Amino acid sequence: MPVETQTLGENWLVVGLMLVSAFSMGMLLLTLNKIMAPSKPSAAKAAPYESGMPDIEPVRPSYSPRFYVVAMLFVIFDIEAIFIFPWAVIFDELGTYGFVEMVSFIGLLFVGYIYAWKKGALEWV
Amino acid sequence: MNDQPLWLTFIVAFTAMNVLLAGMAYMTWFERKVLARMQDRLGPTRTGPAGLLQPIADGIKLLGKEDLIPAAADKPVFFFAPLVIFVTAIVSVAVIPFGGTVEIFGRDVNLFAADLNVGALFILAFGSLGVYGIILGSYASASRYPLLGGLRAAAQVISYEIVLGLALVGVFILSGSLSLRDILARQQETLSLGPIDIPNWFILSQPIAFVIYTIAAVAETNRAPFDLPEAETELAAGFHTEYSAFRFSFYYLGEYINMIVISLFASTLFLGGTGGPGSDRFWGLGIFWLLAKTIVFLFFYIWLRATLPRFRYDQLMGIAWKVLLPLVLLNIVFTAFIRLVANGELEIPVWVWIAVAVAVVALLALSLRPGGGGEAAPARTSAVGGD
Repeated sequence: MPVETQTLGENWLVVGLMLVSAFSMGMLLLTLNKIMAPSKPSAAKAAPYESGMPDIEPVRPSYSPRFYVVAMLFVIFDIEAIFIFPWAVIFDELGTYGFVEMVSFIGLLFVGYIYAWKKGALEWV
Repeated sequence: MNDQPLWLTFIVAFTAMNVLLAGMAYMTWFERKVLARMQDRLGPTRTGPAGLLQPIADGIKLLGKEDLIPAAADKPVFFFAPLVIFVTAIVSVAVIPFGGTVEIFGRDVNLFAADLNVGALFILAFGSLGVYGIILGSYASASRYPLLGGLRAAAQVISYEIVLGLALVGVFILSGSLSLRDILARQQETLSLGPIDIPNWFILSQPIAFVIYTIAAVAETNRAPFDLPEAETELAAGFHTEYSAFRFSFYYLGEYINMIVISLFASTLFLGGTGGPGSDRFWGLGIFWLLAKTIVFLFFYIWLRATLPRFRYDQLMGIAWKVLLPLVLLNIVFTAFIRLVANGELEIPVWVWIAVAVAVVALLALSLRPGGGGEAAPARTSAVGGD
């Protein structure tokens, strides 16, 4: 086991500093872009891209309800993943009890998964 | 020896960040060269020797381009969405360990920026935060192609994110930690198989997880053959159709940096990271081995792009939900079971092992029979009509 080198707070501080420096690097590049680039806006340039056709009606953000189904399935299985991660880390300490517990949890979710499959929630046509 | 001042840590982090950016620039050169060779072309040759100055020329050209904003766009969101994908991609590199504590110029330096105890989760989290940049940018563009591309990206990334995360659970069971340094240290132990010593790389104990991770990683970074969000034959340029100048290049940067980070991550988790001949004697060799493994991954990405046609969207979602997800759950249960037996927690009588072996052989024989059951996935693709 490697020794603890920095405190937890310092580690997150470094992450925060990286966030700030990445953001400032991005802003710097955008500012450079602003200085170097020409700016001659016109109505044609500001129109949405339609492969050369005139844009006759504004975009309505309507989309297939399939995306909602995927989002709901995602929530279920992502929560499962969140539950599994800590279990995996302390797996050796939990022993047989933890194993049986997690197999029944995955088994229960698997029944729901098969139900969703049979209901056609996983079909994308 | 380990009271490293914060400014030094930050210098390491900042160096890693800039090396990553330079690596990203030369990744585009590498991709163009390799793709060209695979298609019997030469690739960039004019700018500098072997086209080596091409990435720099591209960057300067993009800096000099006009930054167009569609009239109907949601301006603040349109401005900041590209930065989201850029920043989240870069920050992920903070937790990748490039080595232990080494002496440079008479000073002890930690070759990692941050040793988070949730390092692996951190990379997964920031990898999926990047999709906000895609969704917000596409939504704010107020244009049809970006909107469709963004929706596709969202559904694809969340589907493959589950697979990606769950594929790593086996590694976490074996290492007992989410810290990338601990995982690395665990892989530097050696296993004795009779006369030969082999490194305890997790690719050997988790081969299924490794394959699944690699597939999911390609999908997660929206690369060919899973590049549906920017399928140029269907969606113009996909989610970044309305972007130009350097805002466009942030999407490009983000995609390539994500590729590099996810390859570094895979090398660290499965391929022993900095481990390799001589890496325990000189830290430079450790970095060399890590980068060599990463370049193998990146080459694999390009190879896929040159070889495979794009998937159809229903096939893409089908692979994630119907093939990879059950496989990855099975892998978790299987790994946990083997670990339990190996720890001596569970006593299994010999006859059970024999019964299981017979059952597995029988099942294999049944499924391999001509016209037999087999996997559900190949049968499905023929059942679905055109897109």
